[in-house]
Amino acid sequence: MQWHWVPEYLPKFIDGIIVTLQLLSISVVIGMALAIPIGLVQVTGPRWLAGLARAFCTVIRGTPLLIQLWLLYYGLGSLFPMVPGIRETFMWPILRDAFPYAILAFSLSVAGYEGEVMRGAFKGVPKGELEAARAFGMGRFTLLRRIWLPRAFQNVLPTLAGELVLTLKSTPLAATITIFDVYGVSSIVRQETYRVYEPLLLVAGIYIALTAVIVVCFRKLENRVPRPV
Amino acid sequence: MNLLRGLVSTLQIALGAYALGIVIGFAGALGKINGSTPTRWLLEIYTTLIRAVPELVLILLLYYAGTGALNSLLDMMGYRPIDISGLVAGIAVLGIVQGAYATEVIRGAMLAVPRGQLEAASAFGMSRWQVLRRVTIPAMLPFALPGMSNLWLIVTKDTALLAVVGFSELALSTKQAAGATRAWFMFFLAAATLYLVVTLVSNLVFRLLEKRARRGQPEFS
Repeated sequence: MQWHWVPEYLPKFIDGIIVTLQLLSISVVIGMALAIPIGLVQVTGPRWLAGLARAFCTVIRGTPLLIQLWLLYYGLGSLFPMVPGIRETFMWPILRDAFPYAILAFSLSVAGYEGEVMRGAFKGVPKGELEAARAFGMGRFTLLRRIWLPRAFQNVLPTLAGELVLTLKSTPLAATITIFDVYGVSSIVRQETYRVYEPLLLVAGIYIALTAVIVVCFRKLENRVPRPV
Repeated sequence: MNLLRGLVSTLQIALGAYALGIVIGFAGALGKINGSTPTRWLLEIYTTLIRAVPELVLILLLYYAGTGALNSLLDMMGYRPIDISGLVAGIAVLGIVQGAYATEVIRGAMLAVPRGQLEAASAFGMSRWQVLRRVTIPAMLPFALPGMSNLWLIVTKDTALLAVVGFSELALSTKQAAGATRAWFMFFLAAATLYLVVTLVSNLVFRLLEKRARRGQPEFS
C-alpha cells in the first residue's frame, strides 16, 4: 500500500466530490419533481395517462441504468449532429457536453423509481382525510397542496434516505461517459500512478462517508417532521 | 447475433451470481440469527460495507483484488498463476455483492416465521436441520420471495456493470457492435428491449412462484 500520491491528487478528488454531489442533487430534485405527477396520475389520472406513467416506470426499472445512460449519450448524442445547422445554434455546446446527458439519465431514473414509490405513498393516505378536506370546500389543487402531498411525503420519508443512497451509488456510472466525478478521478490516478487498489479504496471510503452523512441528515429530518398518529 | 450471445452470457452470470448470492445469504442469515457475537459482528460489517459502496467500485475492487490475491496465494503455495475467466470472476464478484443483500432479505424472512411453529417442530423431536428444512424454509418463502425477486432483477441489471471491466456481456457487446456499425441509437435500443423482456418474463415467473409458495394461506386483500 502506498499513499504518497494522495496530497498531489487531493484537489482533484475534492473537485470530483463536488461533481458527484452536483449529479446527485440536481438529478434528485428534477427526478422528484417528475415523480410526483407520475405517482399522482397513476392514482387519480385518466386511464391513458395512468397507463403511460406505469409503462414509463416499467421501462426505467426494467433496463440497466448503464444502458439508459449509453443510449442517451452515445445513441441520442450521435443523432444530433445529423440535424443540419445545429452546430451553429446556442444549443450545440450543451448537446456536446456529457454532463447534461448524465443529469437527464439520472433524473429519468429517479423519476421512474420514485414514481412507483410516490404511487404507493399517494394511495396510502387515508380516504377519510381527503373526504374531510373536500367537505371543507377545498378545491382539487388546494387539497393536493395542503393535505394529499404533505401526507404522502410523510409516508415516503423513511424510505427516502435509502433511495438517495441508491442514487448516490449509481452516480459513478457517469464516469463511463467521460465525466470526472470522484470515481472518475480514481481512474485518472490509476492510469497515472499505476496504483490499482489504493485509489479505489479511497473512493470506497468517500462513498461510505457520503452515505453516512445522508443517513444521519435524514434521521435528523425525520425527527423534526411530526409522525402520523 | 452478437447481442444474443451477449444476452446468453449475461443470463449465465446473473444465474450463477444469484445462486451464489442465495448460498451466501442463507449462511449469512443463519449466522446473524444464531451465530456467536464475533460472527455477527463480521457479518454486520460485511453487509454494511457492501451496501454502502457503489457496485461499480466494488466490482473493480473485487475483480482486481480477487484475481490478484488468488494468484499470489497460488504463487505462495508453489503453483503457477492461473488466468481466471471473466465468467467465473464476474459470478464471484456479483455473487458476493448479492450475498450481502440476500443476507438481509433472508434474515428478515426467517424472523417473520412465528416462533411457536419452530418450538412446536422441536417439541416433535425434530433436529435443528430438520426444523430448518421442514419448517423454517417453507414457512419463510412467502416472506422472502418479493425481496428475492427484486434481487434477481437487480443482478440481471448489475451484470451490465461488468462491461466496465471488459467482460463482453450484453452491454459491452452492444457497445462494440454499435461502434462498428455507427448505429448507436438502434443498438442500444435493442439491448434495452432485451433487458426489458428479461425483466418482464422474470416478473411473470416470480408471480407464479409466489402464488405457489403462498398456497394454503389466506388471501391478502
